Amino acid sequence: MDFISILSIFVMACFVGYYVVWSVTPALHTPLMAVTNAISSVIIVGALVAAAANGSPAAKWLGLAGVVLASVNIFGGFAVTERMLAMYKKKDRPGRDGAGKGDKA
Amino acid sequence: MVLPPANTTDLSIAADAARLVDSWVALAYLVAGVLFILALRGLSSPATSRRGNRFGMAGMLIAVVTTLITHEIASLPEILGAIAVGGAIGFVIARRIAMTAMPQLVAAFHSLVGLAAVLVAVAAFLNPLAFGILGLDGNILAVSRVEMALGAAIGAITFSGSVIAFAKLNGNMSGAPILLPARHVINLGTLVAILGLTAAYALAAQAGPGQGLAFWIIVALAFVIGFLLIIPIGGADMPVVVSMLNSYSGWAAAAMGFTLHNSAMIITGALVGSSGAILSYIMCRAMNRSFISVIAGGFGAEAAAGSGEAREQRPYKQGSADDAAFMLKQAESVIIIPGYGMAVAQAQHALREMGDLLKHEGVSVKYAIHPVAGRMPGHMNVLLAEANVPYDDVFELEDINSEFAQADVAFIIGANDVVNPAAKTDRSSPIYGMPVFDVDKAKTVMFIKRSMGGVGYAGVDNDVFYMDQTMMLLADAKKMVEEINKALAD
Repeated sequence: MDFISILSIFVMACFVGYYVVWSVTPALHTPLMAVTNAISSVIIVGALVAAAANGSPAAKWLGLAGVVLASVNIFGGFAVTERMLAMYKKKDRPGRDGAGKGDKA
Repeated sequence: MVLPPANTTDLSIAADAARLVDSWVALAYLVAGVLFILALRGLSSPATSRRGNRFGMAGMLIAVVTTLITHEIASLPEILGAIAVGGAIGFVIARRIAMTAMPQLVAAFHSLVGLAAVLVAVAAFLNPLAFGILGLDGNILAVSRVEMALGAAIGAITFSGSVIAFAKLNGNMSGAPILLPARHVINLGTLVAILGLTAAYALAAQAGPGQGLAFWIIVALAFVIGFLLIIPIGGADMPVVVSMLNSYSGWAAAAMGFTLHNSAMIITGALVGSSGAILSYIMCRAMNRSFISVIAGGFGAEAAAGSGEAREQRPYKQGSADDAAFMLKQAESVIIIPGYGMAVAQAQHALREMGDLLKHEGVSVKYAIHPVAGRMPGHMNVLLAEANVPYDDVFELEDINSEFAQADVAFIIGANDVVNPAAKTDRSSPIYGMPVFDVDKAKTVMFIKRSMGGVGYAGVDNDVFYMDQTMMLLADAKKMVEEINKALAD
C-alpha cells in the first residue's frame, strides 16, 4: 500500500472513531477505556513480526518482550472488560433479591 | 524462495499468486479493524456491550493468526510461550483486581501498550528488513523513519506518563501536584527537541539498520517528557490524564501501523486515539476547564493556598445515623450522589443495601453521577454496577438535575465540589462555571463527610454545609451508611 492509501484509511478511521465513541453511553466509559486498551494491543502484530524474523537477535528479543507485554494487555483488557460488563444489570423484577445470577434477564 | 523461476511465465504466475495472497492478508486485517469498530459500537448500550466485547476478541484473534501464518517464523514455540506467559499474567490480574482499583489498572495497561510500541519501534530500527522498510540504498525509508521515531516517542511518553499516573492513583506517590520551576519552558523545549531530532533523523544521509544516534536520543527524551508532563497534574484531574494517555496509546499504535502498512493497526490506533481524545474533552467540559490548563497542571495547589486564610467557623447542623434513617424513611424520593470518597471508603455495597431498604419502604431511590466523579470516566457507574445497582436507576447530570427541586432528600456520599453552588454564583471561585448538581433545591440535604476540616479537591469551602436544610453526617462513609441501614432495618 502506498502512503496516501494508508493515510486515507487513517483519516476515515478517525472520523468513524469520533462518531462511534460519541454514541457510547457515559455509564460505560470505564469499560470503553478497558476495551480500547485491549484493542490498542494490536501492536502485537508488530511485535510478532519482529519476534518471527531472522537477522537481528536483539530485534527478536525485543519483539518477544513486546509480545509478552501486549499479551498481558490483550488477555487482561478483554477479561476485565468482560467482568465489568457482566455487572451491568437491568432493574430486577419484583420479588427477586439483588444478588441475581446475571445473564438471563 | 529456493528455486528461481525457470522462465518469465512462471515469474508472472508467482507474482500473481503473491499479489493474491497479499490481498487476502490485507482483507483479513481489514476485517479485524471492522470488528474493533463493532466492539466500540456495542458499548452504546449495556445490553449490546458484551457482544461487542466478543467482536473485539475475534478481531484480535484474526489479526494475530493472520500475522503468524503469513510470516516465516524462526521459532514458533518461543512466540507461543511469550503469548502464554503474558496472557496468563493478564488474565489473573483481570480476575483478581478490585473494581475500586480500576483507574490504576487502566493506567498500568496503558503503560504496557506504550512500552510495547517502543519495543516494536526499536526492533524495526534494528531489523528494518523484517518490517519491509529497508530501501534499496541500504537505508531505512525516510517516511518510515518519521513514523518509527514518532511511534517510539509517543509510546515512550505513554509509558512514563502512565507509570506516574499509576503511582499517583495507587498511592505510591502523593496525588499532589509537583511543580518544577520553569516547567513550561523545559517541557516545550523537550518537545521541540524531539520534533527537531525526528526531522534530523529523517534527513540523515546514513540510516541503515541500527544507524542513527538521533533515534536513541528521541526515545530517551520522550521517556523524560512523559514523566515531566504528568507530575504537575493533581489527583482529581486524573480522569483527564487517564483519558489522554489512552489517546496517546492509540496514536502510538497508529504510528506503528503506518510503519507496517497494516490497516488493522491504523484503524485501531485511530479509534483508540479519538476515543481517548473525546473522553478528555468530556472530562474537561465537565470541569469547565480548558484542556491546556489541565495539562499545564498545578490546579488545586494554588487554590488551596488561596483559601487557607480567613475561613471563619460557620454554624452547621450535625445529625446522627438515627436522625438520617428517620428522615429517609419519611421521604418520598431520594437522590444519591456518590463521589470518589465512596470509592475510598468502599461504601458502594452498603449504599446499595440502603437503597434496597428504602425501596422496601416505598421510597423512590435514584443515583446521580457527575461526569468527573471518581478518578476515571465512568468510575462511579462501575462501582454501583458491582454493588448490583441496576443501571436504569443511575442517571447523568443533565438528566436528573431538574429533579432536585422535587426531591425530599439529596444524599451526598464522598462528593463535594460537584455539589458546590459556588460554581454557579461565585465568579472568583476556581470551580466557577463547572456544571454542578442543584442539591440546594432539595428539601433536605444529607452530607456524609469524614470531618468538617477538609475541603474538596479544589480547596474551596462549600456553602451546602451551612444551609438550613443540610444535615452533616460526620463519619467514615461506609460506617455511617451501615449504621443508617441498621436504624432503617429496626
